[in-house]
Amino acid sequence: MSLDKATVARIATLARIRVAEGDLDRMVGELRNILAWVEQLDAVETAGVDPMTSAVEVTLPQRDDTVSDGGYVDSILANAREPVKSGAGGFFSVPKVVE
Amino acid sequence: MGALTDLTIADARDGLRAKKFSARELASAHLDAMAAMRDLNVYITETPERAQEMATASDARLARGEGGPLEGVPLAIKDLFCTDGVLTTAGSHILDGFKPPYESTVTANLWRAGATMLGKANLDEFAMGSSNTTSFYGPVKSPWRRPGDNRDLVPGGSSGGSAAAVAARIATGAIGTDTGGSIRQPASFCGIVGVKPTYGRCSRWGIVAFASSLDQAGPLTRSVRDAAIMLRAMAGHDPRDSTSVPRPVPDYEKALTGDIRGLKFGIPREYRIDGMPPEIDTLWERGVAWLKAAGAEPIDISLPHTKYALPTYYIIAPAEASSNLARYDGVRFGLRVPGESLDDMYEKTRAAGFGAEVRRRVLIGTYVLSAGYYDAYYLKAQRVRALIARDFADAFRKCDVILTPTAPSAAFAIGDKADDPIAMYLNDVFTVTVNLAGLPGISVPAGLAAEGLPLGLQLIARAFDEETMFRTAGVLEAAAGFKAKPPMLGA
Repeated sequence: MSLDKATVARIATLARIRVAEGDLDRMVGELRNILAWVEQLDAVETAGVDPMTSAVEVTLPQRDDTVSDGGYVDSILANAREPVKSGAGGFFSVPKVVE
Repeated sequence: MGALTDLTIADARDGLRAKKFSARELASAHLDAMAAMRDLNVYITETPERAQEMATASDARLARGEGGPLEGVPLAIKDLFCTDGVLTTAGSHILDGFKPPYESTVTANLWRAGATMLGKANLDEFAMGSSNTTSFYGPVKSPWRRPGDNRDLVPGGSSGGSAAAVAARIATGAIGTDTGGSIRQPASFCGIVGVKPTYGRCSRWGIVAFASSLDQAGPLTRSVRDAAIMLRAMAGHDPRDSTSVPRPVPDYEKALTGDIRGLKFGIPREYRIDGMPPEIDTLWERGVAWLKAAGAEPIDISLPHTKYALPTYYIIAPAEASSNLARYDGVRFGLRVPGESLDDMYEKTRAAGFGAEVRRRVLIGTYVLSAGYYDAYYLKAQRVRALIARDFADAFRKCDVILTPTAPSAAFAIGDKADDPIAMYLNDVFTVTVNLAGLPGISVPAGLAAEGLPLGLQLIARAFDEETMFRTAGVLEAAAGFKAKPPMLGA
């Protein structure tokens, strides 16, 4: 699986990281090297092996679906840039999304 | 008695209880030493006022005959743990100005045990690195140097500030996190003890997430006993982390019996890798001899998938990181770079806020999780991870603990390996398997390389059997008798 400039540009868009056109070639080279290195896993026979999805064997705990915590509007907005406070509530602000 | 900054946690604890010195004196001695060693760039944020307040409260509790197991003990906290009202950066530009309105569970446990916070220790950005050179706040310099050589060395990483603080005697102990070796490798480079507990032992709540199925918090200390004391205070079930395990936490200090007669320890043949410096092999053989002399029996074991551990890790860790780091978008906290549209703001913020290594890993992670590649990379890596875990399960049918080197080299100079990500990744070749399998591991300082730098040996135990790990580590520590200090501290 070879990585080209268009693919790296697409991945960067998916990851929401701006990559300047002039940096794409270098990035393609770096990522190709890393992918070529991890592709040695192709040599491992894994037929019939279940993927490991948890580091320890535990049954995830369950609890009643009720509100158990909350009510920290001021704390939550404390680190936001340009928050908008309104009555008892508040908002994060972002560039205009709808016209 | 020597300098207050030279005390182990056990000695500090006993001295405070016996009123030989106060918690305020102990904190002040460290704050003074920190100020004198700012050139090492160990702390991103020093918290002297908080340290004095906490120490004053400790003195009051000690005067009443109260006090927890870490009462008055001054600690460095890796700047990956959220601390209420105190700047928490993860070593990244993208968390500019972030003051969490809450406290991580592990640090809350430490404060409940009476510990004092000296400050927030430097680290690789988002804990991604093995040399503490990817921090937005600049590299940490190790207190160690090669004799007759002025070059600054790396302390290892990612918990490089934590390890350097303990080695330089500007913290009595420290906490770090270990995703692929980030506690044990810097402990080895700095000549101290570092523990990665079993996955699920310590709560991850309030730790800035890197790779959630691999991250664990653990202590960095100057003795095995100190690590046992600290881990007991840090560990425990937390309902706010569903992967923290509801098991009682043993008194690890009691495990330090010094008796390993009849214990079987495994020597994995695959850990003898090409190009490994002969002195590391020699040290490993010495470790075998020490444990044998104490009555334990060496067993040859095989961990056949060892060579696939790093490539597996470099799929799984970036995949999880790309998902965890999606939250840094300039909206709710940290850096915001203005943009024409919402997407433009996201892309500019993340391009400016993440350093080169973090960007690289987020892109790799995004790629291996993207449609069409998920099965070939991510699912494949999860299957190989299962085989790596199975290797250990098979090995632990034959032995109780496994002895290996911690890292394939001693510390290197700042700037070395900077142009070759894969050469840098190889630092974690002996430690990363342990994270993938979810097991506990400890690095114990065991000797000096010919160039005068520390080297560690690693012990790996069964899941939740930290007691056997500590018991064996205590014997290894006593046999090695490592007393060397960084030359800058004088004799």
